[in-house]
Amino acid sequence: MLGFLIRRVLMTIPVMLVVAIVVFLLLHLSPGDPAAIIAGDNATTEDIARIRTSLGLDKPLLTQFGLWIFALLQGDFGVSVFNKVSVWVLITQRMEPTIALALVTMSFAVLIAVPIGVLAAWKAGTWVDHVTMGIAVLAFSAPVFLIGYGLVYEFARTLRWLPVQGYTPYAQGFTGFWQHLVLPAITLGLVFAALLARMTRSTMLDVLNEDYIRTARAKGLAPAAVLVRHALKNAAVPIVTTIGLGIALLIGGVVVTESVFAIPGIGRLTIEAVTQRDYPVIQGVILIASCVYVLINLGIDVAYAFLDPRIRY
Amino acid sequence: MRRILLTIVLLLGTLTGASASDKTLRAVVHADLKILDPTWTTIYITNRYGYLVYDTLFSFDSKFQPKPQMVDTWTVSPDSLTYTFTLRPGLVFHDGQPVTAADCVASLKRWMVKVSSGQILGKFVASAEVVDPSTFRLILKEPFGLVLDMLGNPTTAFMMPERIASKPLNEQITESIGSGPFKMLRDEWRPGNKAVFARHEGYVPRKEPADYLSGGKIAKVDRVEWLYIPDANTTLSALMAGEIDYFEAPPLDFIRLMKDNPDLTVLNIDKLGVQGLIRPNSLNPPFNSFKGRQALLSMIDQEEYMQAVVGDDSLYMKFCGAFFLCNSANETDIGSAPMRKPDFAKAKALLKEAGYNDEKMVVLMPTDRPQYAAAMTVLIAQLRKAGVNVDIQSADWSTISVRRAKREPVEQGGWNLFITTHGGPDVMTPATNTWFSSRCDAANVGWACDPELERLVGVWMRETDASKHKAEIEAIQARAFESLPYVPFGQFFQPIAFRKTLTGVLEAPLPVYWNIEKK
Repeated sequence: MLGFLIRRVLMTIPVMLVVAIVVFLLLHLSPGDPAAIIAGDNATTEDIARIRTSLGLDKPLLTQFGLWIFALLQGDFGVSVFNKVSVWVLITQRMEPTIALALVTMSFAVLIAVPIGVLAAWKAGTWVDHVTMGIAVLAFSAPVFLIGYGLVYEFARTLRWLPVQGYTPYAQGFTGFWQHLVLPAITLGLVFAALLARMTRSTMLDVLNEDYIRTARAKGLAPAAVLVRHALKNAAVPIVTTIGLGIALLIGGVVVTESVFAIPGIGRLTIEAVTQRDYPVIQGVILIASCVYVLINLGIDVAYAFLDPRIRY
Repeated sequence: MRRILLTIVLLLGTLTGASASDKTLRAVVHADLKILDPTWTTIYITNRYGYLVYDTLFSFDSKFQPKPQMVDTWTVSPDSLTYTFTLRPGLVFHDGQPVTAADCVASLKRWMVKVSSGQILGKFVASAEVVDPSTFRLILKEPFGLVLDMLGNPTTAFMMPERIASKPLNEQITESIGSGPFKMLRDEWRPGNKAVFARHEGYVPRKEPADYLSGGKIAKVDRVEWLYIPDANTTLSALMAGEIDYFEAPPLDFIRLMKDNPDLTVLNIDKLGVQGLIRPNSLNPPFNSFKGRQALLSMIDQEEYMQAVVGDDSLYMKFCGAFFLCNSANETDIGSAPMRKPDFAKAKALLKEAGYNDEKMVVLMPTDRPQYAAAMTVLIAQLRKAGVNVDIQSADWSTISVRRAKREPVEQGGWNLFITTHGGPDVMTPATNTWFSSRCDAANVGWACDPELERLVGVWMRETDASKHKAEIEAIQARAFESLPYVPFGQFFQPIAFRKTLTGVLEAPLPVYWNIEKK
């Protein structure tokens, strides 16, 4: 296992290098100019040229790439071309809201989706199955922004139970922290929960038809024990895979959710950096996101070994 | 679902709602504050930040007259070549250091090189000198009638400490040390989310009441929080729920809804508003001739543009025939007659005279600026009515910003037309209206070129007798409607919205946060 882990971690180095090269080239070869945005709509061509020179954007592409990689190797992600704040500082400022939202969303989704999926499989073909899966299809099909606006209208504007927008760091109090996460987590979590519930149901259905489940029932085990101890544990590998892959879906959804609820997270940072061509920020965010993806996949592979004794590395 | 959620909320803490009546003004601004150097960019949000954090030597009052702000007294020599300014006593920067004449001279020097309005004044200034710690003077090369106007214009010089203002010109200023009514709390700044300002306790406001950008800038709230919420629906909900106090640039579609809300006030603070403009490329045919550009004028129906861009007819002018904005000190409609009613037969004839023969005409359509795209849609329809073979090239604004700087013919990546907007007192004069400048290669993209127009502007700028300015402006506009550096397609207004708990919101060309009280 240790050898496997070391090999996988070492494999991330060439992956990161390829990501760095591709991202740099894509950004710099696509149209758009941060200098024009910095200068403003009413700036003259001279203003824009002056800013481009001061940012070093008039240097040959190879020189710019070399300077960036050289700084990166020393752990320096550079500074935003707009506000001159370190990219690393910008990313760390935005990490807490995104991680908090992702964790709460994931917990919410798993907590409601897995029991619903198990229940639907257990009651397959009955009205319980039809209703739960119908709701799941609806939740999966609804656009995230629509769910978000609906929840805001009802629970923030009409009932005034929860805030409309914003984020309170955990350090400033638990109450504010949770209150600001409830609606975004439900918004984002419903879609993921729907996907996960359907996945759990179909996997459980496969497992419930296995001989060893019939044997367990024949032994007189309680239905709950059969479902949880025998069926769910054997259905866990595909479910865990879905959870892992779902993080990609979650990060995609975070962009919309962070915008609708004005949460200052990584998603918004990325979108703003892309629209404004803030090259160092985009490069930094994508590199770190790629690294996170690699680690998540590694985590899933490790989890397989724990869930299924037949899997060994 | 409701019950479940209420239970969760009760378990997690108290219900939310408008926060206690604190002295923090929470405003959602129109853009994220990213750049802290007002000499580095023309972006409006940075200029607005400048007015919070810095102070100015002069400021416009509501009649667009420059009034002293940091300046206590000033004199002009009989030959109109030497302006001597004495600062008010007691002015201090946010770091506690006194404001001196040396700080002002350094700030003016930076502004006169880096900012367009400063560059105009800079051409006339022979030297800027410190006389004593509170007095400095500007010595001109030749008479210039707009010295105080340039110093009072909203894109004026912000006074910074000398050590900051003297930094190399190609270095962006990243410190926030001004002497304005608010100081920035840098440790609370979260780019992309929030900028926080606290009252500058050492600020000594003028005695006169606040008027437009002039008079006493009294900070009546302890803190101003600028929040950047990119989603307008969320901002509206937050305003209605009392989570924020002030919505700086609500979408015009929301105005009627907000007017109907008893908790909100909708106010048009900027009577000058915004001017939409069609910018032809004077390097490429058919707009490299007066006739070609005049053809555009014959296609214009301003109300059609305003309906597409604004919709609500209480928010735009039915017609404005002024290059320098209606409601401004330089309003005149001389020369605008051809723009009053579209005449497509005339437009076709003018295009033919300009040598147009069904060549592709490249128009730059922005995909991420809804107002510009709406106006461009109208323009495309009008061009087609005039028989133009339109080639629509769509891109985001960042890409268009690069594309529009290309001087090449359309076959090699060049362009013919794009649309933009500008507003405020900068548009109000031929000196500061950057799209009006017709200095050929030195003009802004589109490279408007008319030496005669520039000559007339020069005469007006050098005129020290203000009584002659009106006739000179009329002559400038009459000429401009012949050479057409751009075609104004309408003037509209961008109201702000705020909760009724706020009082003292000032009318000004930009949102200002002094004089506002929060109940």
